[in-house]
Amino acid sequence: MPILTISGLRKSFGTTEVLKGIDLSVSNRELVFIIGPSGSGKSTLLRCINRLEEPTGGGIAFDGVEVTDRSTDLNALRRSMGMVFQSFNLYPHMTALANVTLALRKVLKKSRDEADAIGREALAKVGLSDKTASYPSELSGGQQQRVAIARALALDPKIVLFDEPTSALDPELVGSVLAVMRDLKAGGMTMLVVSHELRFARDAADRVIFMDQGHIVEEGPPSAIFNEPREARTRAFVAGLLR
Amino acid sequence: MTAWERFLETFFKPELMVQYWPDILEGVVVTVQIAAAVVVTGLALGLMLASVRAYQVRFLNLFIVIFVDVFRALPPLVAILLIYFGLPNIDIVLPSFAVLWLVLSFVLAAFAEEIFWAGITSTPKGQWEAARSTGLTFSQTLLSVVLPQAIRLGIPPLTNRTIAITKNTALGTVIGVSEILSQATSAQAFTGNATPLMMGALAYIILFIPIVAVGRWIETRFAWRRA
Ligand SMILES: Nc1ncnc2c1ncn2[C@@H]1O[C@H](COP(=O)(O)OP(=O)(O)OP(=O)(O)O)[C@@H](O)[C@H]1O
Ligand SMILES: [Mg+2]
Repeated sequence: MPILTISGLRKSFGTTEVLKGIDLSVSNRELVFIIGPSGSGKSTLLRCINRLEEPTGGGIAFDGVEVTDRSTDLNALRRSMGMVFQSFNLYPHMTALANVTLALRKVLKKSRDEADAIGREALAKVGLSDKTASYPSELSGGQQQRVAIARALALDPKIVLFDEPTSALDPELVGSVLAVMRDLKAGGMTMLVVSHELRFARDAADRVIFMDQGHIVEEGPPSAIFNEPREARTRAFVAGLLR
Repeated sequence: MTAWERFLETFFKPELMVQYWPDILEGVVVTVQIAAAVVVTGLALGLMLASVRAYQVRFLNLFIVIFVDVFRALPPLVAILLIYFGLPNIDIVLPSFAVLWLVLSFVLAAFAEEIFWAGITSTPKGQWEAARSTGLTFSQTLLSVVLPQAIRLGIPPLTNRTIAITKNTALGTVIGVSEILSQATSAQAFTGNATPLMMGALAYIILFIPIVAVGRWIETRFAWRRA
């Protein structure tokens, strides 16, 4: 039984159609990887799922709720979907702990003590127990991204959407973030990940989706997509990544 | 009489200094009160207008932009005279200190609105998205995430502007607010000697030098550090 079912999803910006009918379902505890060339619509797809972008057509069902319904409580929906961005987007005027607890306090109305306890636990999960009082400017990129992951996890989401979580990081910092994502996977978190970390995809992904020009061109287990892609476009893209 | 003695006689006549310092002090109190009131209401109104503008309601935005442009374009003296001498004709009589306070508050609010608004628009889109993706509403995001950053960004440019506008309390003299300059000029007219004016000038300097110094401290303290 899938937790997320996307059907016929379309999105246009003005007259240019960026998503041209996406069908995709994600099961509970599954890690689905999305790859594809720049501009193929990967970020737009993730952003439609929590409606940071308004889809122009099609449907998204998440955990029994029709996401695109007008009556859907967006803010309630969003707290059960974590999102992690390429550029971290931490709040620069708040400590790591305050970044993680803001939504706990404002959205879930937890007391400061309760929120802090949950926040510390989330930061411990990403290996940053000793950085609770640090400001983002005092943290490395890898640490900042892990705080951002803790911020998403603190709300106990049912899925986490990752948009190129390691692309802005120096190579030596990528590992720390991937390690956290591996832990999440081992803990049974459902994840939808846009990334081009091939090794990670091979090890951890249950399924790889290849997108091009607003379509899903091909999908399958990592071994199939990376070793014997059926479509010429997939083959060319994967060959480029491996080079 | 030597030139030096004439100079002292004109600007620092001891008897007049003794006689008029209580009046000047009274003026200082009035100036401080009005300046403090202007800073509080002007900045608060400016921040409020900038926040309302973030909601992008068309007719409200139009109103805000017109308000801001008018009070940035109009010399404060003109607004003060217009309101003080104009409103009584439609049976609204405001005390002179209230007119001074209102006009200067509006001028400060206009500049503050622009500065806070610039801070709001320069907050990266990713900040909004991160907050909204954790379920915060638009208002919660504005209040907890965007405004604190916009205010910090605005503090250095606002400090100078605030000091410049509070000095305009001296304009109160044309409508008879008994602030420093007004006390000094009436004493000057009465005695035919510039000593009270010099005392007024000294009072402004003593009053504003600490404020300028605090302003400089605030500017460096809040210089924005980013990752
Ligand atoms: N807000 C927007 N307004 C107009 N066009 C947009 C907007 N956001 C994205 N696009 C366009 O939609 C297309 C898909 O963008 P998207 O960011 O989803 O691609 P992507 O697959 O994530 O690319 P990348 O790998 O570079 O991140 C691009 O052509 C982009 O220019
Ligand atoms: Mg992208």
